[in-house]
Amino acid sequence: MKDFNNIMEIQDFSFTYPKSQNPALRNVTLPIRENHITALIGPSGCGKSTLLRSMNRIHDIYKGCQYQGQIKLKAEDGTASNILDIQKENGFIKLRQKVGMIFQKPTPFPMSIYENIAYGLRISGIKSRYNIEEIVESSLREAALWDEVKDRLHQDARRLSGGQQQRLCIARVVALKPELMLLDEPTSALDPISTGAIEEMILQLKEHYSIAIVTHNMLQASRISDYTGFMYLGDLVEFNETDTIFLNPEKEQTDRYITGKFG
Amino acid sequence: MEKIFARLSQISASLVFLVLIGTMVTLYIAAKPAIEEFGAYFMIDSRWAVDVPTESTTTNPNSTEQNETSDSPSSTASTEDMELDNGINVGDEDINIGDEDINVGGEDDINMGGDEDIAATTEVYGGAIAIVGTVFSTIIALLFAIPLAMGIAIFLSEIAGPAVAKPVGIAIELLAAIPSIIYGMWGLFYFGPFIASLLGGHSVSLLIAGLVLGVMIIPFMAALSRDAINTTPDVLKEAAYAVGATKFEVIKDIIFPYAKAGIIGSIIISLGRALGETMAVAFVIGGVFAYADSITAPTNSIPVVLANNFSESSGISLSSLFYLSLILFVVSFIIIFTAKHYFLRREKI
Repeated sequence: MKDFNNIMEIQDFSFTYPKSQNPALRNVTLPIRENHITALIGPSGCGKSTLLRSMNRIHDIYKGCQYQGQIKLKAEDGTASNILDIQKENGFIKLRQKVGMIFQKPTPFPMSIYENIAYGLRISGIKSRYNIEEIVESSLREAALWDEVKDRLHQDARRLSGGQQQRLCIARVVALKPELMLLDEPTSALDPISTGAIEEMILQLKEHYSIAIVTHNMLQASRISDYTGFMYLGDLVEFNETDTIFLNPEKEQTDRYITGKFG
Repeated sequence: MEKIFARLSQISASLVFLVLIGTMVTLYIAAKPAIEEFGAYFMIDSRWAVDVPTESTTTNPNSTEQNETSDSPSSTASTEDMELDNGINVGDEDINIGDEDINVGGEDDINMGGDEDIAATTEVYGGAIAIVGTVFSTIIALLFAIPLAMGIAIFLSEIAGPAVAKPVGIAIELLAAIPSIIYGMWGLFYFGPFIASLLGGHSVSLLIAGLVLGVMIIPFMAALSRDAINTTPDVLKEAAYAVGATKFEVIKDIIFPYAKAGIIGSIIISLGRALGETMAVAFVIGGVFAYADSITAPTNSIPVVLANNFSESSGISLSSLFYLSLILFVVSFIIIFTAKHYFLRREKI
């Protein structure tokens, strides 16, 4: 492949929901740069979450989704494969372990804090207790949660506060050492302090991970992202470095959205 | 307005306690003679309406009367059963006759000695056979129903597409609405002989009662468990898929723990229904006052004893029936109470 700086390349990608006539995404072409944060902004219903959810094919747990185009994911050996070719459940599992996802609402599993993280490790085939313990601790540290929960690792994770739960979900994804992390409005259900903690954490994660984040909050996009894509009604209107998008956008639509004139 | 509303809702809520305590007190008062007569031994005594000689010459007039009525027309035992049947299903003679035959067989065995002499005997009642029969038929029903109902619930909520899940779901709800007497008839005429031809033994038996009960509670359990499973948020399932879980792992590790309270609730409700079920069991358990020495032998259960014997009971025998119903009440109460507390203890989040 030509550009090794991209962990993922979306080319001419269209997506149609089941039982829908009109595609939710039309001919989107977008790179996700390695070890950078790419933000997707746009008004509600513009397809940014749909795009994000295509990147680990989580759509496919519901039947009848239609894809066109290509989404290429770079493998460790530098070759790229089209993730839209995956058909079997095994392939989906491997893909989703490589492309982790964090949702809008915190989604702690109904088990203890420790088990929440160990669960993904076990089903990915890590059996050794010692290894699991080590990874649980390191990923909780990476998610800046270790000090808050180290004394109560075996309590039900649902007792944590919303912000802590969300950081736990991030730790759960980090534990699997994904090549790309997808964050679907990870802070929209949280208070400003938790949001700040998570943003700081995302900036630190950038050193080791590639991140794509969907956000409603334009300030958040400008604060943390390196690249920004503006989407509107299923189209990618503009994609560029974040500074360019926010200070000097090419398209008028982008400018109007960013300055708050519509959306 | 606000106050009236609060007061009204308060009254409705206190009605629950009133009914609960009222039922318990009435049952206790009605059962008191039998409790005083037989004590706790009633619960492990397997004799029902058996005459035993007594030293005291003064016989209880009530009990002699009871003897006559229950002996002279040998089919009285099932007359009230017939009445019940007729109430629901007028003109279905075949069924009543079939039922009668069974009950007659049962009653004859036991009351054989009753004809000889009434002067120097007193009747002894014990509920052990009915209690054991109730407990075992319920256990068989649950063993049979739980795996099947869970399978149905998972299939409907997670595996089947909407094109299948909707009609099957409606069918399940319709099954739950079938009156129990219909299950009883079906069990007696088709299911019982079928199982008997497969496994041997009688076509009315403990096993068949348990299985018919199981079939009866499956739709309840399946429909309620499905609803509980459906409350699992999609995003939680997606999160589990997103860490690489397979469908089976998501069901086992996420959906079941999440919906645990609802699933156990559905089992408890079904258990309550199985414990107190009368008509369906009356058809297929045999109504015989004898322990089932094998699983395919006929026996008896508390609600069936009550239904079969109320119309010709009075005095101590009626009181014994109330004692039995009090036991059923307390047993259901204890089972449901402990089940709820044991399983749902750690549900608080």
